[in-house]
Parts: sequence; C-alpha cells; structure tokens
Amino acid sequence: MKKEKEGWKDLPIGLVLGAATCLNFETGDWRSEKPIWDSEKCTHCLLCWIYCPDSSIIVKDGKVQGIDYKYCKGCGICAEECPPKVKAITMVREEK
Amino acid sequence: MALLEIRWHGRGGQGAKTAALLIGDAAVETGKYIQAFPEYGPERMGAPVFAFNRIADEPILQHCGIKTPQIVVVLDPTLMETVDVTEGLPEDGVVLVNSQKSAEEIKKQLGLTSQKVYVVDASKISKEILDRDLPNTPMLGALIKASRLLEFEPMLASVQNRLKKKFPNRPEVVQGNIKAIKRAYEEVGV
Amino acid sequence: MIVARTGNEAMAEAMRQINPDVVAAYPITPATEIVQLFSKFVNDGLVDTEFVPVESEHSACSACVGASASGARVMTSTSSQGLALMHEILFIAAGLRLPITICLVNRSLSSPINIHCDHSDTMASRDAGWLQIYTENAQEAYDTTIQLVKIAEQALLPGIASTDAFIISHGMERVELIDDKEVPKFLGERKLNYSLLDVDNPITLGPLDLQDYFFEHKRSEIDAMDNVLPIIEKVQKEFGDKFGRYYPIVDEYKMDDAEVAILVMGSTGGTAKVTVERMREKGKKVGLVRARVYRPFPKDAMTKALSKPKVVGVMDRSDTMSTLGGHLYNDARSILYKSDKQPLMKNYIYGLGGRDISIEEIEAIYGQLFDIQKSGEVDKDVVYFGVRGE
Repeated sequence: MKKEKEGWKDLPIGLVLGAATCLNFETGDWRSEKPIWDSEKCTHCLLCWIYCPDSSIIVKDGKVQGIDYKYCKGCGICAEECPPKVKAITMVREEK
Repeated sequence: MALLEIRWHGRGGQGAKTAALLIGDAAVETGKYIQAFPEYGPERMGAPVFAFNRIADEPILQHCGIKTPQIVVVLDPTLMETVDVTEGLPEDGVVLVNSQKSAEEIKKQLGLTSQKVYVVDASKISKEILDRDLPNTPMLGALIKASRLLEFEPMLASVQNRLKKKFPNRPEVVQGNIKAIKRAYEEVGV
Repeated sequence: MIVARTGNEAMAEAMRQINPDVVAAYPITPATEIVQLFSKFVNDGLVDTEFVPVESEHSACSACVGASASGARVMTSTSSQGLALMHEILFIAAGLRLPITICLVNRSLSSPINIHCDHSDTMASRDAGWLQIYTENAQEAYDTTIQLVKIAEQALLPGIASTDAFIISHGMERVELIDDKEVPKFLGERKLNYSLLDVDNPITLGPLDLQDYFFEHKRSEIDAMDNVLPIIEKVQKEFGDKFGRYYPIVDEYKMDDAEVAILVMGSTGGTAKVTVERMREKGKKVGLVRARVYRPFPKDAMTKALSKPKVVGVMDRSDTMSTLGGHLYNDARSILYKSDKQPLMKNYIYGLGGRDISIEEIEAIYGQLFDIQKSGEVDKDVVYFGVRGE
C-alpha cells in the first residue's frame, strides 16, 4: 500500500511540484462523522458550498447535488452553516 | 613610460577627483593604462581631500594607496599651511601649485631644494573665464605642460568630449573650461 | 572598445549589455552607482529591463526571487548591510535554484559603521548556497558579471560577483568593453525547466517540505555546487575564446618554483603580484595564489596550488570570530588535512574596514614566510596584520 519515496536524484530540481496535487490525495477516509444532505429541506442558498474547506459540496447550475465523499473530511462546517430554519445537513457517525 | 604616480590636493568641491578622472580618461584615449581614485572620507565642502593617478604604458596591477608620488598638484595654496603636500615626494619630484606667488617663493615656503616647482594662477584664470573659482581644469593644462605626460591636443580633445557629455546643454561651460586649460598651459611658470 | 571606467561603471555597463528582464534593487554605498547608472539606462531606453525600485534589500531579493521563478533573467546589486538584509532570501533563492546574479561591492559590516572594503559581508553569506567570485580589478569585474549570468543559468544556482569597495568600485581603470551585440549572443536565452507564468503547465513552487523530503532537496542543492566547477571552467573558456580574456578558477602567479606563497582574494591580488615581481628581481622565489572562485571552494585546483610551496601565508580580509582565524585560512587548512604535501601555514587577517595594504607590507609578510621556512616552525597561527597595538 505504501508508496516508496524518491531519492534526491529523482526529484525535480528547485523544489517544484506539479499543480493541484491534492486531487491525488483522497481525504475522505479521514472522516469520523459524515454529513447527510436532505434534498427535500435544502433551499440551495449555497452557504455550505461557500464554507466547505475541501470543495466537497457538489453544485450544478446553482443547485446543490450532494456531497463529494471522496474528499469530505467530515469537519461539519456545512452542517453548522446551514441556516437553523433549514437544517438540511446533519452529521452522523461513520462507525458502522 | 614607467609607472607615474600623481597626488592631487584640493578642498571638497574644488574638483580634485574630477581632475584625476579627466586626466585618466585622456591617458586611456592615448593608449595608456591608468588608475584614477579619490581618497574617500566624510565628503564636506572645504575639507582637505586627495585624489590620485597612476599612469603607465603597461597594465597596472597594484591597488594600494600612493605614498611616494612623483608629481603633486595643489589646487588650493592655503592647503600648504595645514597639509604636508610634499609628503613622500622624491628628490626629483615635481610640485605644481595654484598660486599667485612665484615658483621661487613656493619652493621656499615648502622648504624644497632639489624638486621642481611649477606655479600657475589657476583661480584667477578660472574667475576671469568661467566667473567661478574652479581651479581643477586649468591645472590640467598646467600639469601637461609641467610633466609632458600626455600630448596636449589629444588631452584637450578628450576633456572636451567628457565635458560635453557632462554638460550637454551648456556649450559655454565646455568652451570656457577648454579656454582655461589652454591659458594655464601657456601661463604656467617655473 | 577601450575606455576608462570605475568598477561600478564597468559592472553597470555589463548589466546594460546583458539587458536583464528584471532588476529589483535598493541603493547602498558603495554600490549605489551601479543601480543609479542602470536606472538611467532604463530611463534612457537603452535596456528593456523592468526596473523595480523597492523599499529595502529584503524586498529587492524577494522581487528577484519572484521574477526569476517566472523565468526572467534577473540581476541586482548591493553591498554590506544590504546583503545582510537579503540574508534570509539568499537561502530561498538558492533552495529554489534561481539563477539570480548580484553585482556586489565588498564592504565591511557594522559595527563599527564603515563604508570601506573588507570581505565580511559576503563571507557572512558564504553558506547561503550562492556562487561567489571575487574579482581583482574593474576589467575582471566587468568580464565576470557577464560570465556569471551564464554560469548561474547553466548551474541553476544564484551567484555573486564582487569588487573591493572604493579600491575597485570607485577607482577608474582602463577597461576593454565587448561590443554591445556580442554580449546577448554570448549569453543566449535563459533556458527554463519551468515558469510560474506558464499557465498551461501549472506548478507548485516552494511548498512546505518536512522531514520526509527536505533533506533530499538540500542534497540536490549541494550536488549542484558539486558540479558547478566544470561549468565555470567551460564558460570561462568560451569567454576567453570569444573575447580574448581567459580567467582561471584559481589564479596562480609564479607558483611553479615558489618556495613561499601568499593566498589572497580581491584587489590585493594585484598588489601582491607587483610584490612578487619585485622580490623575484631580487632572486626570492615567491609566488601568489588568488582565490577567484570562492564558492564553491575549488578543492582540487587549490590543493594542487597550495601543495607547491613550503610555506603559505593566507591573507584574509575578514575574521570568522571563532578564534580560528579567517575564512579563507580555514578552507585552505581544511583541504590540506589529508594532503601529504602540507605546507606550513600562517594566517594574516589584514585590511579590515578598508585599511590600505602596501607592496612593502606584503613584502614584509613574504619575509616572515621565509623565516618560517628557515625555522620550520609557525610561531603563531593567526596574526592581525597592520593593526595598532599588536
């Protein structure tokens, strides 16, 4: 499972990395709690999309479609920011 | 030509450094190797200052100060009262002074015996031609006459070029300086 | 073209001919003229350079880092406290492998405040990962500035070309300038392995690098230093073949049969050469080694040179403040540790804060070296030469 790290001769010169390398880093397995989105309650105000630190709220044509569990770390900010009168996102334990 | 070393004595603002640079420039144009450098300290108008030249036919490698110059040029006669202008001057050295006095009087004042003394009233020349007391350029003319270290005409052309670059919009300054150099060249006396 | 130029003017002329893409600089005595003249070239349209007049040397070096990472050919100029203020950015430029060139004037570091020559400023930066070349005169300063741009870009290392404050920076000398058109031809375009401005191939530059990769990146930087000497030699040769002036990595003068020798850097090299000539006329077998390239330290060439004489006097215009003598002395001593031809060695710290060193004084040092040769003993390893009260 573990990748062998390169020796110094195999590194690009000058402390350069490719761009957007975080795409290769699936942080979804960091979650201990999971946000559950309720499409019935959602008003599509997009506050969750604005606040999500991992760009894990999937939006299409201005409407929330769901949550990208590949990268969502389960921080709960979306649930916290969802307006109290709406409460479209709730956090549940990952433990099965 | 063997290595020739010159020391310029002036007061801050009298153009000792400029004179050293002008003679250096002119010497390079006639194919010589040169150095021209001032002694930098606190730069204040009126304070005694020094500038130096080395001139030779061969590359000049040393970068130490000049302690035994063959030629000393004094831009301001009052310096002789406070500065030992003949320090390190060899027996066959040359002193060139901007003064109203005669060479004989200067020789006596400096207590010189074997050295050659040249005098020119560069301040008077400068005041009459340029309306200002800037003795440095006339002293160039006197230096060439006294030392024969360069041919006069090429030196004049080189100085004219440099002054033209420095004063592109003031031809009267350039012409005045050239005139002053020529006059000092003619008037310098032993 | 043969002209009369000060060291600063000569370096500014080199910068004009190099026509760098970006110059970010802050003026400081005695390097002010370099930037001042160059800003005039910019104003007069003689160069295409984007000139960034920053508010400090720290910003100057930072702007240079950004510009160089974008792919630009970048130069700056500074001295003394200015280099000290750049200090943290120097390491960043080297770590990111950005070939920035500094036209530097060697001036003492405060305190006491002083504007004259010694080498304590660049010595304090010697471990920053920059190439360091110390020049002897205005001609060499001009030539080296041009060479260093090419060396730096090929090695992907930043570099400093330096002159001695006032002695060279403000001293006018005969300088032979290369034709304006020839300099860009000699340098060519900077070849890029990446550019921050290449939006089609985005990169991340200078990310956090922790225990798992930092060491590998540093090792790679050290490797660049390990491999730069052949590049310097190649560029120096190309320069010589094209323009007729050849420079060595280590400048040996009359060393082949020298019994005693001096090792020195900068403008004192010239004064020492005249001393060698005078002493040779009297039949004294003296020689001179001038360290032109100081970083990286040219171990092999220097070992070869220093193995020839019986006694070496190392003249340092800086002190390490370690009680172990000067920088050059420590390097020279270190490379000879495993040599079977170790000369006796004595360190002369001299000329701090611009104190003049004369031909007669260098002659006196050679005299002491002959005494050491005779007695076979170095009485005192490190001495402070020319200071009152010793």
